[in-house]
Amino acid sequence: MMREYAENRVALLALAVVVLIVAAAILAPWIAPQDPYDLASLELADARRPPGFVGSGGYAHWLGTDAQGRDLFSAILHGLRISLLMGLAAGSVAMTIGALMGILAAHLGGWVETVIMRLVDLQLSFPAILLALVLVAMLGQGKTQLVIALVAAQYAYFARTAYGAASAERQKDYLEAARATPLPGMRVVLRHLLPNCLPPLIVVGTVQVANAIALEATLSFLGLGLPATEPSLGMLIANGFPYMMSGRTWISVYPGVALIILIVAINMVGDQLRDQFNPRLRR
Amino acid sequence: MLGYVIQRLLQAALVMLAMSALVFCGVYAIGNPIDVLISPDATQDIRAATIRAYGLDQPLWVQYLSFLGRLLRGDLGRSFVFGIPVLELVMARLPATLELALASVLIGAFIGIPLGIYAGYRPDGALARGIMALSVLGFSMPTFWVGLILILGFAVNLGWLPAGNRGETVMVLGVEWSFLTWNGLMHMALPALNLSLFKLAMMIRLSRAGTREVMLSDTVKFARAAGLSEWTILRRHVLRLIAIPLVTVFGLEFGSTLAFAVVTETIFSWPGLGKLIIESITSLDRPVMVGYLVLVAFVFVTINLLVDLSYAVLDPRLRRRGRAA
Repeated sequence: MMREYAENRVALLALAVVVLIVAAAILAPWIAPQDPYDLASLELADARRPPGFVGSGGYAHWLGTDAQGRDLFSAILHGLRISLLMGLAAGSVAMTIGALMGILAAHLGGWVETVIMRLVDLQLSFPAILLALVLVAMLGQGKTQLVIALVAAQYAYFARTAYGAASAERQKDYLEAARATPLPGMRVVLRHLLPNCLPPLIVVGTVQVANAIALEATLSFLGLGLPATEPSLGMLIANGFPYMMSGRTWISVYPGVALIILIVAINMVGDQLRDQFNPRLRR
Repeated sequence: MLGYVIQRLLQAALVMLAMSALVFCGVYAIGNPIDVLISPDATQDIRAATIRAYGLDQPLWVQYLSFLGRLLRGDLGRSFVFGIPVLELVMARLPATLELALASVLIGAFIGIPLGIYAGYRPDGALARGIMALSVLGFSMPTFWVGLILILGFAVNLGWLPAGNRGETVMVLGVEWSFLTWNGLMHMALPALNLSLFKLAMMIRLSRAGTREVMLSDTVKFARAAGLSEWTILRRHVLRLIAIPLVTVFGLEFGSTLAFAVVTETIFSWPGLGKLIIESITSLDRPVMVGYLVLVAFVFVTINLLVDLSYAVLDPRLRRRGRAA
């Protein structure tokens, strides 16, 4: 499978970029020249300096500094860490909940199917961003609250995908055979139905992690995301916005470029996975 | 048919009721409104009087019932911050959002559909690949980031277009409109483009897929055999055949434009509904939040209902199923 993936040069590059960004985010506390959360290390004399400026720390700020004198490169590395953490946490929880709901709806049928799929359809017709906005407003700021809001905005996509895949599997003979054995229902679902629904779920999962990161950035940009003590990429962009008009564009632009590279790379990996899992496109 | 309509209407009403209850309970669970409304140095008497005036001393379900009763009479309460009725506030902000949403939908249609048809007509051309790359970017770039880039490019660097506010407006039918003055149009250009990006990407994709399919159909073969020019085939046959799904998606998209307007209006300081909801969230102005959400839910339920009903008109199979149920 890896060999087939590697045949597409662009997708391979995208995967390399994702791996590189994840590694940089994990290693941020060790490779960043400055701890952006340590207010004592910030010098106001270094504030709003253009890229390449050598500050009081004695090293060059390759991407410039923000309004508090933070080294932007360090802030971006730490921001990536938070954005990725939120995206992965929200994506995996939403995938677990959504997949279970969708598979159970397909497996059990009857009123369970009606209730779950009605709810999912209703929610899919409502824009995810509005739902997340309302939930964040209701729950308040914080990591847990943000993940809850993102999960609530996204689980329906997984539920619909899992339901579609499980409904198709349900028709097949092997599942009929598994059901005829005296195995407990839960075992049939977890050992036989779930593994066969995984490929489309993984594709949707990849794309939804990118969407969660974009959604989190949007909420943070609107001032409704995480508290200001731990700026994610969205908040870094929002912080630089007022300075854009006066030509100090780097404060917003570099965090934004990092965000876009991350989102586009994840989406490209997801696209390649979808093509690979799609039997119709197989030669 | 009538049975189906009544069934769908009842469903819609039920969904509205459930949404209003959810929205009310959710929004009224945030923090303590008394702290927001009354300054900390107010005397106990003023506190008690204000609490009674807003009905905040009643249990939650009593507050909800009185809210529901007022809702049915079109009374959404009074804004805590502005002190005027919520309906008045929302109606004052609605035209700005409406004209922005309409402009972006028009951009999406009049630019997106021709580009998509071209990309479907010559799928392997360099221009078609460029168009598709544009649509992929439109899907994956967050709206707020595109807005920033537009401001940076057209307002800061080039200085061609203003970066915010509505500009000059003209009063028509007692409402202020921006699109009737040149200055207002200039102010509208960037936010409308920003808001239209997602729709543009979607229209390109849909019309490309539709065109590719129709180009292989017998209709096109016969039209070609009859000696019609390619231009006539595209305009008279292809466009007509791909129009039905486009119109449907369009109706549904108009609703989500309201939601995306929240982001665009905040970036471009466009004084519409989206900016209102963000302001009311940050100032905990709960009557406005509830009013806005109920209104948006109403718009969504109405659009879904209309789409379902128009399907029933277009597709006889659905009608029969409705009768059997």
